[in-house]
Amino acid sequence: MAKTFDVIILGGGPGGYICAIRCAQLRLTTAVVERGKLGGVCVNIGCIPSKALLHSAWVANVVRHDAAALGITTGDVTLDFGVAMKRSRQVADQNSKGVEYLMKKHKVTVIAGTGVLQAGRKIKVGDDVYTATKAVVLATGSRVKGLPKIGLEIDKKTVISTDEALFLEQAPKSLAIVGASAVGMEFADVFNAFGSEITLIEVLPRVLPFEDADSSAALTRAYKKRGMTILTAAKVTGATVTEKGATIDVEAGGKTQTVSVEKVLVAAGRAVNVEDIGLEAAGVQLTDRGFIKVDEQLRTTADGVYAIGDVAGPPMLAHKGSREGVNAAETIAGHTPHPIRYDNVPSVTYCHPEVASIGLTEDQCKERKLDYKVGKFPFTANGRARATLETDGFVKIIRDTKYGEILGAHIVASHASELIHELLVARESEYTVEEIDLAIHAHPTLSEAVAEAALDSLGRALNI
Amino acid sequence: MITRVVMEALSPTMEEGRVVQWLKHEGDAIKTGDVLAEVETDKAIMELTARGDGVLRAIVVKDGETTEVGNLVGVIAGADEDISGVAPAARGGQGGQGGPGGWDTPLEPTAPATLTAVGGEEARRIKASPLARRMAEERGVPLTAITGSGPGGRIIKRDIESTSSALTASTAPGWGGEGWRDVPLTQLRKTIARRLTQSLAPIPHFFLTSEIDMEQAAEARAALNALGGEKISFNDIVVKVVAMALTQHPECNAWWQETHIRYFRDVHLGMAVAVEDGLITPVVQHAHAKSLRQIATESRDLAERARARRLTPAEYTGSTFSISNLGMFGIDEFTAVINPPEAGILAVGAITERPVARDGAVVGRKRMRVTMSCDHRVIDGATGARFLQTVKRMLENPLAIVW
Repeated sequence: MAKTFDVIILGGGPGGYICAIRCAQLRLTTAVVERGKLGGVCVNIGCIPSKALLHSAWVANVVRHDAAALGITTGDVTLDFGVAMKRSRQVADQNSKGVEYLMKKHKVTVIAGTGVLQAGRKIKVGDDVYTATKAVVLATGSRVKGLPKIGLEIDKKTVISTDEALFLEQAPKSLAIVGASAVGMEFADVFNAFGSEITLIEVLPRVLPFEDADSSAALTRAYKKRGMTILTAAKVTGATVTEKGATIDVEAGGKTQTVSVEKVLVAAGRAVNVEDIGLEAAGVQLTDRGFIKVDEQLRTTADGVYAIGDVAGPPMLAHKGSREGVNAAETIAGHTPHPIRYDNVPSVTYCHPEVASIGLTEDQCKERKLDYKVGKFPFTANGRARATLETDGFVKIIRDTKYGEILGAHIVASHASELIHELLVARESEYTVEEIDLAIHAHPTLSEAVAEAALDSLGRALNI
Repeated sequence: MITRVVMEALSPTMEEGRVVQWLKHEGDAIKTGDVLAEVETDKAIMELTARGDGVLRAIVVKDGETTEVGNLVGVIAGADEDISGVAPAARGGQGGQGGPGGWDTPLEPTAPATLTAVGGEEARRIKASPLARRMAEERGVPLTAITGSGPGGRIIKRDIESTSSALTASTAPGWGGEGWRDVPLTQLRKTIARRLTQSLAPIPHFFLTSEIDMEQAAEARAALNALGGEKISFNDIVVKVVAMALTQHPECNAWWQETHIRYFRDVHLGMAVAVEDGLITPVVQHAHAKSLRQIATESRDLAERARARRLTPAEYTGSTFSISNLGMFGIDEFTAVINPPEAGILAVGAITERPVARDGAVVGRKRMRVTMSCDHRVIDGATGARFLQTVKRMLENPLAIVW
């Protein structure tokens, strides 16, 4: 096997493997060093398998709650998390195989093992040393971490992370989820559908604390309707963990309460993989917050060493890492890629209803004292949503008063993850709300609500 | 076969034409290539020729009438052919109403003039995001003046913002790897561009040049400076003389105001001053009424503060006439662009010793060339020439200043 490549990428996740493909397209000889399975956390223990489980959860809810109204009699419904889990594994494996195929197709060499950076753009894997003539790209990603300070060290039995939750053979009778950001909300959705009694504990004042307050409120309502307990502005003050279960002391609203559950899922906090990969020796510095320090071109402090994805800083999202992979590859190949607009990276939570957003929340607009107008359209007024029993949620567009620039957009809907992209493209291209309206939207679609929200921001929504 | 005779564009810039005289009459037999009429264009009198055979059945635009390019002026057809579809009111050879609007049948529909000056047909073809377009329109920034930094050179919000804030940027960027660099337009540069394109394009400029003997002015200056006090420059003398000459020729001390011309009693003289990234024209107010020494003191102060960007708006607006002096750069003569709404500007060249024939012998004399740019809508050739003659006389005999 060749030991010298133009580019060597440390990590085969969504940042690293996309970077490798782009490098190959630009005729750079490329190698990817991966210690686990290709596709990284995203494909194997993150985005992809969790979407498979969420689909099971959605179907379970439709069958139990909507089927009768739709004219379908089902009889007794039996749920088996183990079966759903096994299917999610197949989906993850298929995707990982897909990445393997892509590496072969683009003639990217995959080196199995743990790579350690050495000075002079060298990577040591086991006893072998590989040399990158042009660049090394660090794409080592991140991992779950527990909350040992509050007694919630992950023991992988009672106190688990998503790494374990994705492999459970059956849903626990009761589950406390610490952290109500995207991951916590998605797992709450899954295990609620599979019969677990859910208690969501969030230290900040609302679920999905970084989304628009309207989105948080909509999800709080939807989850409470489904019988979940939500504790916000809630601090875990102590925990007693045994093999059979855990008792957590939660302080919320001036009162302390005890939550006894079979399992605790820690869905807060991720740690970046920057240890033991030779950063210090190679002269790669970290930021105060522990990420790898990079400039606009994603160059680290070491010559010819780039960093992309989670290790290069937030937001820790697969699609952000992939774009950085593309840009790093193009920079390495001597191109001048269009700079990444970090203020226009979509944020999506795939629970039901889904939550998707771009740009600023209304609170942020207020804090920045921006002159803005809000347009909002509920799916209860959308024909297609009524037809498919998906009237939960809304489209909210925040626009600049003077020019109509889209400052932020927030969608809560059964397919918010798909609907957001119209607004994303519009915002990226600097379309104003008027261009959104000018484009004729097909009827009947959920997308009509996007156009109506744009119109509403102009004070002339039609169907409400 | 019916042939529509239309007003043709007989020169590249022609927009309308006046029929001076029809050389053929209704009922005349016409062959392709026959000269039908004489047409006065914006430049000359040209011939309108037939582009079909038949009989000149109708004259729509009569002698002396004007119509836009593309409009119907007559009809050639077979002797008995029905031409009512082409020129209904021309039946019976009565002619039409003629003139613009009478037969408004342009060959091609003209584009609707819905775009503003900032948008414009040119601007439409510029790649710019809708947001950038809107912001540029709001801020009065022409898109043509902006280099886009978006994909494929598309102008985006950031480009409009950086153009607006470029004045505050302190460091000049270095050369890029390609050997060129794009520098965003400063407000000053944009203003210069806007004002001066407003000037040269629509103002019918004409230019008058005169060479002036400066021997006596030089002597006078030396004598005055020997008295001590504020040193007097040649430019101060020119300012004083021009201001005084303007009071004698108020027809050159005027503003073109589209619907009227505003003549001024007093002379407020603008002097173009080169500053770091452009020029600015501070104004010597009531220059005609000030002494040379006052002018010297004031213009020095204005120029210094102009370079330091310390002028108040009142100090660089309201001029009634301007002077631009590039003599210090060794320029012998040049033409300056009028600063609208003013009607004229005097471009002053360097004073150099030139061979001049004098009393039958060639002698070296200090000479200075000045060129006046005139707005022909306000100043006619002879008017400008008379003013310039006065300037020349006064400079050649500087005692006139105290006359």
